[in-house]
Amino acid sequence: MKTSHNRLQRYSPLDRANHWTMAMAFLLLALSGLAFFHPAFFFLTHTLGGPVWARILHPFIGVVLVLLFYAMAVRHVRNNLLGGNDVQWMRQIGDVLNNRDDKLPEIGKYNPGQKLVYWALVVSIAVLLISGVIMWRPWFAGYFPIPLIRFASLLHALSAFVAIVTIVVHIYAALWVKGSVRAMTRGWVTRAWARHHHGLWAREKEENERRERH
Amino acid sequence: MNNSQNIIARSATTTPPPQVRNDVEEVAKLIDVSKCIGCKACQVACMEWNDLRDDVGDCHGTYDNPRDLTAESWTVMRFTEYESSDGDLEWLIRKDGCMHCAEPGCLTACPAPGAIVQYANGIVDFDSNHCIGCGYCITGCPFDIPRISPKDNKSYKCTLCSDRVNAGMEPACVKTCPTNCIEFGSKKDMLARAEKRVGDLKARGFRDAGIYDPAGVGGTHVMYVLHHADDPNRYAGLPKDPRISPLVGAWKGITKPIMSAIIGITAFAGVIHYVTKGPKEEPEEAPDDATPPANRGGDAGHDASSGADPHSLGYDATRSSRSSSDAQRHPPGGDR
Ligand code: HEM
Ligand code: SF4
Repeated sequence: MKTSHNRLQRYSPLDRANHWTMAMAFLLLALSGLAFFHPAFFFLTHTLGGPVWARILHPFIGVVLVLLFYAMAVRHVRNNLLGGNDVQWMRQIGDVLNNRDDKLPEIGKYNPGQKLVYWALVVSIAVLLISGVIMWRPWFAGYFPIPLIRFASLLHALSAFVAIVTIVVHIYAALWVKGSVRAMTRGWVTRAWARHHHGLWAREKEENERRERH
Repeated sequence: MNNSQNIIARSATTTPPPQVRNDVEEVAKLIDVSKCIGCKACQVACMEWNDLRDDVGDCHGTYDNPRDLTAESWTVMRFTEYESSDGDLEWLIRKDGCMHCAEPGCLTACPAPGAIVQYANGIVDFDSNHCIGCGYCITGCPFDIPRISPKDNKSYKCTLCSDRVNAGMEPACVKTCPTNCIEFGSKKDMLARAEKRVGDLKARGFRDAGIYDPAGVGGTHVMYVLHHADDPNRYAGLPKDPRISPLVGAWKGITKPIMSAIIGITAFAGVIHYVTKGPKEEPEEAPDDATPPANRGGDAGHDASSGADPHSLGYDATRSSRSSSDAQRHPPGGDR
């Protein structure tokens, strides 16, 4: 669905395919990882075909996630730098949470909450990759000294925790702000949605449209 | 696994393991390093009893063969040529293998329920049938003992011949040792014997002789008598004060339940927020949005006013819209 009289395009088909592939990879990683994280979650190893398969597959899925994630992340750096009315928006976080949207300043393509999700994942997924490779048996762990493997294991667990909490928040935000999920499933948002939630972005998009028309 | 009813610790398990049959004396193997002649009969006995046949190694200029512990060599004699400050050369030989710690780092780290167990008699056993091959036991062990087999990706180490001990026999290495350097019995008896040997050694001039039963891991069920107990490192890097690394403690300790709880609470907070505050409903489309873009070109006031007023993007988008028809229905100064 392209831009039309009452719709604005937010994500291309490639963006969407990438996002949902990543979502599936992340889900499998989180479930299989949590299985090793604490005995209470060990049953989750069955999401990847049993404990041994979970152990074998987890790191490979991790590498897939890393490739997809950073392919996406580099294209969105610009939209995720703090600026504009972001600081003011953050000061009014109470208004955000209480749905008093009419009091909020206009913001760009992403609000500071979304930017925080972006940066938390940029950092935690990098740490997960590095620490994960150091722990990875039988392929790589043997090349590293045991004290380093210990440190990597701790870091992997901590950064997985950060990533999982971040994704829980991300999923909630998508369900909370009606009209957002469709942006990632169908690619478009209504103009009203765009003006309401991302005024600066909507204006930029609409200005571009006008310029193209003339 | 030889007795499934006297297990005092079980990996990745948060409820008590089956342990009613625990009126069992703690056992220990005592290795008197000062009596070892390095004949490796114990290595052979270990292979024989446990049906292990490691690959034939290569010579690399020392007597150590194989060079290191492997999944099929659960004990290795480590030879050290130690030159003291006054020029004396000492040939130190230490039988390396699992120490059967009272507080085993391998068991603490293992994520697979029941893959590592500790029996009431103190033996730490790998139930390799439940092993998933993650290598966390290697990460956890303060002595660098477990090894993962390249053949099946399972972890292995000395069992202290738990199968023999369970049937009332001593471990194979103990049975075969020609100099009685290795002895086996109750931990109490072995400590008493060790005291005696330390006394002998001291009488013969080894002032620093002592027992290696490190308290940092709660004591071990394999103990050494060392002529230089003040410097265990001399014996091919035997750690002086081994304990479960604080990094492993932080990794496997209280952080895990806390992090798990925070993940759960975050999701729960979402549910509560949704049912109390409600979602941000999709803003209704303004009438001008419904008109084709060609007609919206003349909507002159739109951009100018929306930037100036931060409140212009109202909760109800129809209100903030400045089309002429909208303005008529909502005169300025109305309910905004
Ligand atoms: C980026 C590439 C990744 C690699 C190479 C990797 C690798 C590993 C490895 C080798 C393990 C040990 C278990 C095993 O051998 O399978 C592990 C455990 C784990 N992974 Fe990953 N992983 C990656 C990404 C992730 C991600 C994105 C998450 C979170 C969603 C995650 C969560 C976990 C957790 C929670 C554990 C258990 C840690 C513990 O035992 O405390 N991993 N990972
Ligand atoms: S020496 Fe290592 S493998 Fe043996 S019980 Fe202690 S921690 Fe486990």
